[in-house]
Amino acid sequence: MFNVKRSDLPLDKDAHSRFLPWLIAFMVFLAVLAFGGILVLGATAAKWDQGVGGTLTVQIAATDDPTRDQRNLQEVLNLLASTGDIERYQVIDEARMLRLLEPWIGAGAKVGDLPLPKLIDVGIAQGGKLSIDALRARLAKAVPEAAVDDHRVWLNRLVRLIQTVELIATAILAFIAFATIGTVVFTTRTGLSVHKEAIEVLHLIGAQDSYIAGQFAGRAMLLGLKGGLIGLTLGLPALIGVGYLAGRLKGSALPEVSFGILEWCMIAAIPLAVSALAMSTARITVLRSLARMP
Amino acid sequence: MRRETIRVQLQGDDSIARFENVGLRYGLGPEVLQDVSFSLPASSFHFLVGDSGAGKSSLLRLMYLALKPSRGLISLFGRDIQTTPRRDLPAVRRQIGVVFQEFRLLNHLSTFDNVALPLRVAGVKEADVTRHVVELLEWVGLKDHLKARPPTLSGGQQQRVSIARAVIARPKILLADEPTGNVDDRMALRLMHLFEELNRLGTTIVIATHNMALVERLGRPAMRISDGRLSVIPGTRGGEPKRESRESPPSRAAVPKPPRPAAGGAATDEADPPGIENFL
Repeated sequence: MFNVKRSDLPLDKDAHSRFLPWLIAFMVFLAVLAFGGILVLGATAAKWDQGVGGTLTVQIAATDDPTRDQRNLQEVLNLLASTGDIERYQVIDEARMLRLLEPWIGAGAKVGDLPLPKLIDVGIAQGGKLSIDALRARLAKAVPEAAVDDHRVWLNRLVRLIQTVELIATAILAFIAFATIGTVVFTTRTGLSVHKEAIEVLHLIGAQDSYIAGQFAGRAMLLGLKGGLIGLTLGLPALIGVGYLAGRLKGSALPEVSFGILEWCMIAAIPLAVSALAMSTARITVLRSLARMP
Repeated sequence: MRRETIRVQLQGDDSIARFENVGLRYGLGPEVLQDVSFSLPASSFHFLVGDSGAGKSSLLRLMYLALKPSRGLISLFGRDIQTTPRRDLPAVRRQIGVVFQEFRLLNHLSTFDNVALPLRVAGVKEADVTRHVVELLEWVGLKDHLKARPPTLSGGQQQRVSIARAVIARPKILLADEPTGNVDDRMALRLMHLFEELNRLGTTIVIATHNMALVERLGRPAMRISDGRLSVIPGTRGGEPKRESRESPPSRAAVPKPPRPAAGGAATDEADPPGIENFL
């Protein structure tokens, strides 16, 4: 119901309609980063869930008696072999243990003088019905020194961290939306009072409220789209830059940041969403204001 | 006889505009208009006179629905305005042409676009808009100023643009507030002839003016507002051009008459007793 090409109100000459796109550009820039963050975090959580969720570690504390250690290890391995739904298990050898410990004891240490626990990396079959608690109980009964670490505590903390950050990012998105709405409401109200005279004339010659609102809405949509595209143009390189820097931290817990087509489409849709938000905000603002006219 | 007239006017909706006991106050101030009652038959021509500040503009504003009355009943084209839903009012407004006192042309739009506004808000196709607007601007002698912005036009030209905008959508009633306010007498008379021409084509006309010489010259009936009350000065040319024999000019005694005993027919529906006899 609105005509973008021809307007009865000189909205395009308003000073505030020159700064609105830049405000919106800034909002969209932040929104792109926040939304990108949410997508990365979601992907990270999913990867961690897959990568760590299917494994557990059995740890056998070292005793003073090496033969007992050996017996304990054999018993645990037997027990794992007889347990269903276990895909694989592998004792972590000394060389790898030393590599894991390198940050603490330094390179070139010897195992001989250090009582190291035995670690067994266990892979659980996907979709299996293995009860970790039952396994833990049986192990404890057979070998008191054995402990099962299903990474749950560690994982839960990470997931909670990710969820918190995701929540914050979502809150930022919500704030951005609110700020955009507020800005558009303010701009629209300014426009309404600047063009009060012309609007009254339109009203008196029989313009429907929707006709007048359509002019503001069409204008807000254009400005929103313009600002949104500027924001996207600035936000995309920033997002790719962050992804590149994160990608260079190889071997860390951070998974590679790579978006699929769907994710890119969602990010590219942000300017459209902001534009639609600006349009409907302007429309509602004008309609509410006009409802006060007789 | 009088009772019959009332019934005719209440039921047979040939009245274009009808006011019953309309009162208007701004905020908590005193009543600017008091007990204003009249009925304008279709195709009638009336002046609206009174000292400045007497309430001429207020009355016109009520008629073109820029104001709501504080009390009383207004009906236009047979529709009670108070009970008309707000979304239906634009359709009513499109049947009212208004020549505003200060023209109220949109300065950022060309002459053409200003005159085209009423058609555009009514959703008329752009091809028809162009045809009608050009035709009308030709008729009011502004064909060479289609693209001019109002500030570059003279007062008289702006006036004609404003009149063109008021009549482009063929309104049933034309309301003009001091249309001769800032033009010379010769131009004023020309404008009056324009209004008479429109009236001859069937448009009901109400012109607010303080130019009594003009009123006398045209010999049309006038509604006079003083102290917020309405009285009627009959025209020398008779009441209404087309219904002289049956219709009487809208009238209201300057001093309210005492309420008559309950009138029969539709009149008994009226809650406010003093209003009825004012239709005369």
